[in-house]
Amino acid sequence: MSGIHVSELSKRWGDVHAVHDVSFEVEPGTLTVLLGPSGCGKSTTLRLIAGLDDVSSGTIQIGGRDVTNAPPAEHGVAMVFQSYALFPHLSVRENIIFGLKVRRVDAAERDRRLKRASELLNLSELLDRRPNQLSGGQQQRVALGRAIVAEAPVCLMDEPLSNLDAKLRADMRVEIRALQQRLGLTMVYVTHDQVEAMTMADTIVVMNQGRIEQIASPRELYTRPATTFCARFIGTPPMNLIPSEHVHGHEELPPGSAIGVRAEDLHLDSAGVPATVESVEYLGADELITARIGAAKVVVRQPARADTPSGTVGLAWSPGVAHVFGPDGKRLEEAQGI
Amino acid sequence: MIKREWIHAWLLLAPALLLLFAFTHLPAVQTVFDSFWSTPRGRRPAVFVGLDNYQRMLADPIFIKAMVNNAIYALITIPASIALALSMALFVSGKIRGRGTLRMAYFTPTVLPLIAVANIWLFFYLPGFGLFDQIRGLFGFGPINWVGQPTTALYAITAVTIWNQAGFFMIFFLAALQTIPESLREAAALEGASRWTIFWRITWPLIMPTTLFVSVNATINAFRMVDHVFIMTQGGPNNASILLLYYIYDQGFRFWDTAYAATLTVVMVAILCVVGIGQFFLLDRRVHYR
Repeated sequence: MSGIHVSELSKRWGDVHAVHDVSFEVEPGTLTVLLGPSGCGKSTTLRLIAGLDDVSSGTIQIGGRDVTNAPPAEHGVAMVFQSYALFPHLSVRENIIFGLKVRRVDAAERDRRLKRASELLNLSELLDRRPNQLSGGQQQRVALGRAIVAEAPVCLMDEPLSNLDAKLRADMRVEIRALQQRLGLTMVYVTHDQVEAMTMADTIVVMNQGRIEQIASPRELYTRPATTFCARFIGTPPMNLIPSEHVHGHEELPPGSAIGVRAEDLHLDSAGVPATVESVEYLGADELITARIGAAKVVVRQPARADTPSGTVGLAWSPGVAHVFGPDGKRLEEAQGI
Repeated sequence: MIKREWIHAWLLLAPALLLLFAFTHLPAVQTVFDSFWSTPRGRRPAVFVGLDNYQRMLADPIFIKAMVNNAIYALITIPASIALALSMALFVSGKIRGRGTLRMAYFTPTVLPLIAVANIWLFFYLPGFGLFDQIRGLFGFGPINWVGQPTTALYAITAVTIWNQAGFFMIFFLAALQTIPESLREAAALEGASRWTIFWRITWPLIMPTTLFVSVNATINAFRMVDHVFIMTQGGPNNASILLLYYIYDQGFRFWDTAYAATLTVVMVAILCVVGIGQFFLLDRRVHYR
């Protein structure tokens, strides 16, 4: 069992800080997701952990061993690339056992691992095919197979599902998570898809512009976002941020502060904060009502059976569901009495 | 309506077809015919001689010499050019300082006319004063007349060919190397593969189509590139560096024995066809096309 310990990790290209002072811990046998918009440094962080790029400063420990400047092969990690990186001239079988051959694992052991992996991933029928004769989902599984037979304690995944269609993605999500738990892998998984992060992760590391915004479990991330960035990045539609001057009882907050309330926590109540309805989006079970409070746009989710509002309405929320963010975007202590 | 389209089609094709037939196919067929006839001289017209020309050829020691020389020339230039081109491509495809300049430097020999190159190399080979002898002189060796003695003349022109065409082939290898996704090498490196293993197990198989293309070109060049022979040795001394195409020129345009030149040409085209087709079939099974 080996965990990963990343400490004050930075990566610079000239003046560009791709990764800035990033520290986090991955417990052995858990799945940590690096989540953020494109260009936030999550893939670079993963490549640093794999040893594919040179570290500018900071340290990386895998299984208690400092691997900061070690070549990739000595990091003891397996990796699934976004493009799968399957060798196009080799059969599925050869692709999977490539690393074992390179490491001179003996033939019997090689066959045992190949058999296990191909059964685990339903690849037994496909072993003699070439990658270009496989569907996207099958290629993905071969890439997974290659990572599994390495029996490396740590498995890194760089947006492994981004090339699959929505249905397959949902299936593979479950499959990868099940695999990770069954094999007890320590996994670091990079994605920009919040749904993948929320459904799969033990821990989510939210990154933005090369820095960590928050490290938390999915539940905590949703219920107690540390910054307005996290608040709006997680959840669909994004959390509403209402300028505090519009909300009664928050006049003492510094100017620029915001009250965050999720769409599903808002309801129409004539006694609430006045807002002007702009549009209504019908989703079947629910509808999303877009309204304005001053200049701020607010989205309310309500059951579609309710009457469709128009004109000026009042918006209210139950006590305890609101989040308060300071002018710097950081979370202030629990909102009280709102 | 359809008929008119056909007329238009033929009219559009006609100029190209005419030129192609007049200057390529007709002469080729004519050459085969000529090889069965004698050379017309003065008032004596050509007469049908059957396989006489071919019998003469097989008994011609200079033809045999040219064939042997050409075989040596091909067997050295083809693998050496490919190896050199690939090493240069691998070297300048990496992240190194002055990459652009290096690439240009490697490519320069190719843009120079072979005639000019031959003249430059004549200076390199100059006995006593040339570059090679000056270097040898530093180590206390005596001068050698590289192009003037039978033992080294053929190898002297072979070296020029390799130097001249390797840069051109490098461009193809460079393009091929750049189509291999970086992630393949990274995936292999993560598995602990050494650079050597990555090259032989991944890079080499993936650039196989390019290697095939380049080797076909190198083969054709081995029979086609003789410009420098004119400048450097003229086939000599004592036919030590004579190549098939140079011998054809000698027979056809210096001795005006056109029928015999036609016979030699047929042999040469036959060799090129066999080698070209053979290469495609032989290597095709080992080549991975994406």
